[in-house]
Amino acid sequence: MIGSIFTVVVFICFIGVVWWAFSSRNKSKFDDAANLPFADEEKEQSKKDKQES
Amino acid sequence: MSEISQAQPDYNYKVVRQFTIMTIVWGIIGMGLGVYIAAQLFAPVLNFDTPWLTFSRLRPLHTNAVIFAFGGCALFATSYYIVQRTCQVRLFSDKLAAFTFWGWQAVIVLAVVTLPFGITTSKEYAELEWPIDILIALVWIAYIINFFGTLVIRKVSHIYVANWFLGAFMLTVAVLHIGNSMSIPVSFLKSYSLYAGAVDAMMQWWYGHNAVGFFLTAGFLGMMYYFVPKQAGRPVYSYRLSIVHFWALISLYIWAGPHHLHYTALPDWTQSLGMVMSVILFVPSWGGMINGIMTLSGAWHKLRTDPVLRFLIVSLSFYGMSTFEGPMMAIKTVNALSHYTDWTIGHVHSGALGWVAMVSIGSIYHLIPVLFGQPAMYSTRLVNVHFWLATIGVVLYIVAMWMSGVLQGLMWRAVNADGTLTYSFVESLEASKPFYVVRFIGGVFVVAGMLVMAYNTYKTVRAPKGSIADEPAAQAA
Repeated sequence: MIGSIFTVVVFICFIGVVWWAFSSRNKSKFDDAANLPFADEEKEQSKKDKQES
Repeated sequence: MSEISQAQPDYNYKVVRQFTIMTIVWGIIGMGLGVYIAAQLFAPVLNFDTPWLTFSRLRPLHTNAVIFAFGGCALFATSYYIVQRTCQVRLFSDKLAAFTFWGWQAVIVLAVVTLPFGITTSKEYAELEWPIDILIALVWIAYIINFFGTLVIRKVSHIYVANWFLGAFMLTVAVLHIGNSMSIPVSFLKSYSLYAGAVDAMMQWWYGHNAVGFFLTAGFLGMMYYFVPKQAGRPVYSYRLSIVHFWALISLYIWAGPHHLHYTALPDWTQSLGMVMSVILFVPSWGGMINGIMTLSGAWHKLRTDPVLRFLIVSLSFYGMSTFEGPMMAIKTVNALSHYTDWTIGHVHSGALGWVAMVSIGSIYHLIPVLFGQPAMYSTRLVNVHFWLATIGVVLYIVAMWMSGVLQGLMWRAVNADGTLTYSFVESLEASKPFYVVRFIGGVFVVAGMLVMAYNTYKTVRAPKGSIADEPAAQAA
């Protein structure tokens, strides 16, 4: 009994994660996050550009 | 690349540099030890009748050196680098960072001293005795405080997915290490496990498999999610898939341990649970692999010119291969053939040399120029040489072990019409001998590659500023 309840709960959690990850509301947030490995370079670049101008 | 190499004086690169160099040093020592004991398997005379040079004493030193010294230093280096760069803030504490570096090196040196003397708990991958276990726990907690402290003081709103994997790796390894190492000391150098019998075996493989799952997988996936996009010069294929990948992987891995104990005293239902969970684990593993490889979609040509990227992408191919092989071997009927044979050794090395070592080496080739203020590695050609040495070595190794393993499995289970065994154990050992020679040759290739890497790194670190041209292949970073 507990086993089957657990299975259902885990399944619902998984659907929840997928729904959260793929909902269009979160799209821009995740797109920003995906660019984080490059974000600190852009910052340095814009700082440099400012100094040069 | 040049603008990022000197640009951030506010990051703590010192600890990253220290761990990066030690990754290469321990890699050579750990893999060299592996080659030495591999040679003993076809030429036992090489142990020179000296107890501390025997396979039994040096094998745990080899596994500890490659997993915790080589792999561990690579994880410390890259996690400290990734968390600073993606949070755009200096490490939470420089003192804790220095403590983790010197503490971790002390742990490794203590392993080098104790294991050859036969001072061991005899728990696989957790052989170190209790005083060293306590030091590991202290270093690890300092590491967790420093990493999560850095996340707390981050200057950006999001926490990049690589940090999720690295955070999960650290927390789970702390729980696993402290849980499995619980023991009652009887003297300064001897302790007995707090658990007994089948429970002890289950604890051990709950730890053992999750050392694979969280130390050797989640941690290195964190590395992958930063360095593959960085080296390819484009964001990860699907960030949303990476989120599903994360939650699915960390919630499934923890259940897979019992597949190490098929057909033992462990209750049958536990074995079946471990088998089912291991098979399901295939799905998130391949999700992550596809996500990493597809990051190159539209930029496949970069593989032709950039050997660093090639290391990273080939590592993902090996990851895919061994995460297909693993679930298959966890099926009880397959396990009946594969368990206790060289097939297991082949599987673990396709994961360790193919996935873990190659993704680390690729990441380190990306890191060294950045850390030492050079536009690129001293020689991209030597990186390419290393790539081919590593690839040929791994393929020789795993093919030899597959053949030896299947042969052993078939010989051990062969029975005559009257029910007696067809072959004696020694006959199967003789049959494996040629494959042990091939495995040794594969290992020599891998170590030769590491030596090339050490030379290339030395020349890069020592090169006068401006003497290395910014090669087009390295500009992707």
